Amino acid sequence: MSRISLTLNGKTRVQEVAPRETLADFLREGCDLTGTHIGCEHGACGACTVLVDDMPARSCIHLAVMAEGREVRSIEGLRDDPVIVLLRKHFHEAHALQCGYCTPGMLVTARDILLRFDNPDEATIRRELAGQICRCTGYVGIVEAIRRAGAERFMQFSGPG
Amino acid sequence: MKPPPLDYFRPETLADAVEALRLNPDHVPISGGQSLLPMLNLRVTGPAAVINLARLPELRTAVAGAGTVRIGAAITHAEIEDGKVPDPSRGMMPKVAAGIAYRAVRNFGTIGGAVALSDPAADWPACLMALATSALIVGPASERRMQMEALILGPYATALEPQEIITEFEIPTLGPDARWGWRKLARKQGAYADSIGAAVWPGNGAPPRIVFGANGDRPVLLTAVSSALSRRPDLAGAELRAVVMEEIHSFDPGADTYRLRCHVATVERAITQASAA
Repeated sequence: MSRISLTLNGKTRVQEVAPRETLADFLREGCDLTGTHIGCEHGACGACTVLVDDMPARSCIHLAVMAEGREVRSIEGLRDDPVIVLLRKHFHEAHALQCGYCTPGMLVTARDILLRFDNPDEATIRRELAGQICRCTGYVGIVEAIRRAGAERFMQFSGPG
Repeated sequence: MKPPPLDYFRPETLADAVEALRLNPDHVPISGGQSLLPMLNLRVTGPAAVINLARLPELRTAVAGAGTVRIGAAITHAEIEDGKVPDPSRGMMPKVAAGIAYRAVRNFGTIGGAVALSDPAADWPACLMALATSALIVGPASERRMQMEALILGPYATALEPQEIITEFEIPTLGPDARWGWRKLARKQGAYADSIGAAVWPGNGAPPRIVFGANGDRPVLLTAVSSALSRRPDLAGAELRAVVMEEIHSFDPGADTYRLRCHVATVERAITQASAA
């Protein structure tokens, strides 16, 4: 076992982990943070996406020991994040989820898209979302929710007219 | 779908990392782990231990020098995509980086890790070969420089000894007259390539470097195509296609008609893109 120390959702956490343990399993089993969903377990579906040092990361293809000293933020730690709050509203209104399994990874990735692109158009959103797989609603609602959230955010910053 | 039991070490310095590999040749270096972790989860590999190189300060540098840029092996795809390191390639490397996998992977995957793994469909080996890159390789007793053509031997096979580490890439800086083209054919944004074509005219009178990648083996320089383009810079259309087809066929003789057409179209488009630049 290895002892790791990291910042998890704003709080320091020190814990024993097996070196083989993925960050996803560490969050779910070790920290009871089951908002991080595990889909494919080989980096293809994006459901388990969390933030490591504020960058989207696929927690199923990171070892927990590799996050030593890093700042990790899971969907639970993004409850009051202003971009997530905005996205949550538009995901609700645009019917951007059905079963919800992919949603934590979708939200984390959508937040990153809005932080890197001002008012992204549909083509940009679809390109940047290509690594997130949804198997029930399809992508129309998800893409529309992100587009609307981006447009609202852009209006907030640039002001009307 | 979980990694097998393994040990994990994260040395603080390059010297410590080299020493760890010298003492334990069965340990495997890991950098971003964005290819290795899927392989561990799928149990297609199972080293006794992984040695994390991603945070070694010696591998995290990027320096623009006289005529070359040296990019540390642990620089991530996203850092290259975002222009956070000097670009020797007049936009080619950021373009290539942006097309690798997905952002969550690019945030952690490194250029050195991609070359050391040598996936036959990976982007960096082909791109760096087209840019006439050499890699600096450090081992317990010595260090050496290798051109990409000598370093990349085949699928998941390189000339690296088990105790050696790629520390940086030295990439010649393209001048204002240089032109490049990059084409990657994939079924889906972010997927590994089915075909790769790269073309670089260095702009100093030297012949173009045309690279054909994702052919199932390793990226290769198309020297006959390069010679033909040197003799006739306006070579295009069906004539160009015939020259490309002939040389590609010799490198991937097992390709069926569809694969062959994908390869030829991809390489031809890269050449056309560079010609039009």
